[in-house]
Amino acid sequence: MKAGITRRLFLKSTGLVLAVAASPTGIRLFNPAVARAEGKNFKPHAFLEIAPNETVIIWVGQTEMGQGTHTGLPMVIAEELGADWQKIKIKMAGAGEAFKDPVNHMQVTGGSTSIRHRWDMLRQVGAAAREMLIQAAANEWGVAPSQCKAHKGKVLHPNGRSISFGQLSQKAAALPVPKKPELKQAKDYNLIGTSPMRVDIPEKVAGKTVFGFDFKAPGMCVAVVARAPAYGAKPESFDQRAAMTVKGVISVVPLKDRVAVCAENTYAALKGREALAIKWTKGSHPDLDDAKLNKIYQEALAKSGAPAWPVGDAKAALARANTRLKANYKFPYLSHVPLEPMNCTAQVEKDRCRLWAPTQGQTIAQKVAAGITKLPPEKIEVITPYVGGGFGRRIEWAVLTDAVLLSQAMKRPVKVIWTREDDFKHDFYRPACHTYVEGGLDSRGRITSWFQKNAASSIMQRLFPRAVKNGLDPTGVEGAGNMIYNLPNRLVEFILLDLPIPVGFLRSVGHTYNIFTVESFMDELAAEAGKDPLEFRLAYLKKGSRERRILNLLGQKAGWGKKLPKGRGLGLAVSTCYESTVGHVAEVSVDLKTGQVKVHKLVAALDCGTAVFPDAVKAQIEGGAVMALSIAFKERVSFAKGGVATANFDDYPLLTMADVPEIEAHLVGSGGKAGGVGEPPIPTVAPAVANAIFAASGVRLRELPFDTQKLKKS
Amino acid sequence: MFKLKVNGKVHQVDSSPETPLLWVLRDDLGFTSVKYGCGIGECGSCTVLINGKAERSCSITAESAQGLEITTIEGLPEDHPVKRAWIAEQVPQCGYCQPGMILQAVDVIKSNPKASKREMAQAMDDVMCRCGTHARVLKAMSIAAGKMGDKGGAT
Repeated sequence: MKAGITRRLFLKSTGLVLAVAASPTGIRLFNPAVARAEGKNFKPHAFLEIAPNETVIIWVGQTEMGQGTHTGLPMVIAEELGADWQKIKIKMAGAGEAFKDPVNHMQVTGGSTSIRHRWDMLRQVGAAAREMLIQAAANEWGVAPSQCKAHKGKVLHPNGRSISFGQLSQKAAALPVPKKPELKQAKDYNLIGTSPMRVDIPEKVAGKTVFGFDFKAPGMCVAVVARAPAYGAKPESFDQRAAMTVKGVISVVPLKDRVAVCAENTYAALKGREALAIKWTKGSHPDLDDAKLNKIYQEALAKSGAPAWPVGDAKAALARANTRLKANYKFPYLSHVPLEPMNCTAQVEKDRCRLWAPTQGQTIAQKVAAGITKLPPEKIEVITPYVGGGFGRRIEWAVLTDAVLLSQAMKRPVKVIWTREDDFKHDFYRPACHTYVEGGLDSRGRITSWFQKNAASSIMQRLFPRAVKNGLDPTGVEGAGNMIYNLPNRLVEFILLDLPIPVGFLRSVGHTYNIFTVESFMDELAAEAGKDPLEFRLAYLKKGSRERRILNLLGQKAGWGKKLPKGRGLGLAVSTCYESTVGHVAEVSVDLKTGQVKVHKLVAALDCGTAVFPDAVKAQIEGGAVMALSIAFKERVSFAKGGVATANFDDYPLLTMADVPEIEAHLVGSGGKAGGVGEPPIPTVAPAVANAIFAASGVRLRELPFDTQKLKKS
Repeated sequence: MFKLKVNGKVHQVDSSPETPLLWVLRDDLGFTSVKYGCGIGECGSCTVLINGKAERSCSITAESAQGLEITTIEGLPEDHPVKRAWIAEQVPQCGYCQPGMILQAVDVIKSNPKASKREMAQAMDDVMCRCGTHARVLKAMSIAAGKMGDKGGAT
């Protein structure tokens, strides 16, 4: 809206606007036009706007990072509204109250929550606007609203006449917002469950998308920051003069424990940083390396930890068991590696601060910038471009902090960029975890007990300390402490490690390792009991459960039990996370001479309730499989001399094209609330492959990434 | 001062000659579709076509590209079979690696329009995508290869 526009004109020209506020008691829908006309002093953010010229604008507060949320989320509103999908315009919203998650009260794109937590809210927004438009038309015609319906951007009169949404928009804007609009029945959906073209793809293919890394503001300079190579290290000395002589370098700005170089362009900033030739102090943990970490983890695992939701008496049941089986599993630190490296542009002014931030956490971004600038949070504008990969990495704000500090120092817009090396060395890693697990079987091969201990550092201790109670970080045991199997006795303990290595959320978080342990060890117990892995699992799953249905479907689609040549095997894994149930069957072959493993095929099945946008769900299953296989076979962050040794893709390779198997995705729609889809496709891939390797070779791999040398016949 | 020819148009450049082509294209000439991903020629996000061949622009100096035909994604016509297949198959997720991926695919298809899926996968093996669009990349390539074969090799 242009400055100077009168309120009257605003009301007249805008048409129907609906805004949303979420609170712990639920959501409230506002009609800003009515509220303003009544002189109420509040400035809601629009969620949905219908203009007299037929344009329908849907504002999305969720970050588009490739998952398709800028298409899927508006589809839910448009479905209830009865809009013409072709006329919908989608805009990325700034940071604002209306876009906070109704469950966690933060504007954050993570935890596979975008639609899952907004399922009711989005439908209500569309339905409320639909009812207002229908009421406006019914008033016009002098008929009951129940006689009219909304379809493809029009309200239809029972005798076939119609009025368009645009024509109705101003009259509808004068009506009160219905408190409990009636929601559509699933059988009447004509948009949800279809797969329109994603709105962001054409400009991405044309190369026109401006990512944060590409952003340019007038008067902007580019900055890179030299960060300590070892934890706790500080700059001892650096050559400021050498950096300043690099053509294009504008300024060297020392920050607390790091040094920034601001320049006219990226290359000058990089050369300037090199020229600093910083000498660093040794840091707080100079002897920390892979071997030392292994020792720390193994010693921790000998202790007892905090129990997570125990069932029965696992230890007593173990003591009575007919057979006891023990195993140790190990998982490394992982890096997120979005292809677009970290970056943020900040422009701090006297009474406002603008951030062009490829972030998954607008509320956090606002808070962090408000804390530094001392401006109130509503004076922090957060502009989120399309983001070049998230995976949890962009919840973090280290780059944003530096952009704000440097814009303050330079009194101009500053874009801070991280190189790939910066990102590998200063990520907030998926924590490493070492696990001990022991199971007991009775004389008929039934599980009587499960005892597990995980040693890992805590994500929540830094990010949401209140979530850690009595030393238990729930993310460290998720998928195990609340496993899908009904066992009579179960105890999972968490041993919290205090280490200087920063850890954070990575796509599907603790499930990445816990479901590997649970699904591998279930396989080990099945083998010990001499039972088929699929049949064995069914015994611990409720009749009629989603998990049973997924297992049976997988068995059928993947030809479970089929005869395979020597050296080939099938393995399966199933789980539930983020309110969706998922499973994989992997078909692999193992060359016992070389140890080489080939994954031929993955059959995936996902039940996410209602699949709003099935093609995007399939894309998540396909992409999730690649990331999960990459983690299973290749990825590990290494440490040396008190810091991170891993520097770039040459020592942290990702899975590439030639190693990607055929991926067959099956969506099982059990209907109802939409479950998560971004994270669930990850955790069951690696255990399905490990179980298939066991089936093919008789060798059990209990450490990630797989050491395939162990498969060589000695 | 030296000259670079990008998408058929000549540009004057006054960066120091050893500057990687990547930064000159992005910062000086505004071709931000050419992405920085690793700076060491491992990920392929910075791929451009130089005289029709896919090259990593982070690993060659701008000066060495003088007198050569540089093509970025903007230089491919909008109705290019590869671009059209990419949209039809809904290939990109985050999209950051995709301009490089598409340019590499154009080179691979042109070099061997009759390549099998396996051969295409081998030829695309040094381009990284964290979102995991690989399966769709190969499918779109097969479709585009069919179309380009029909036309006798469109550019």
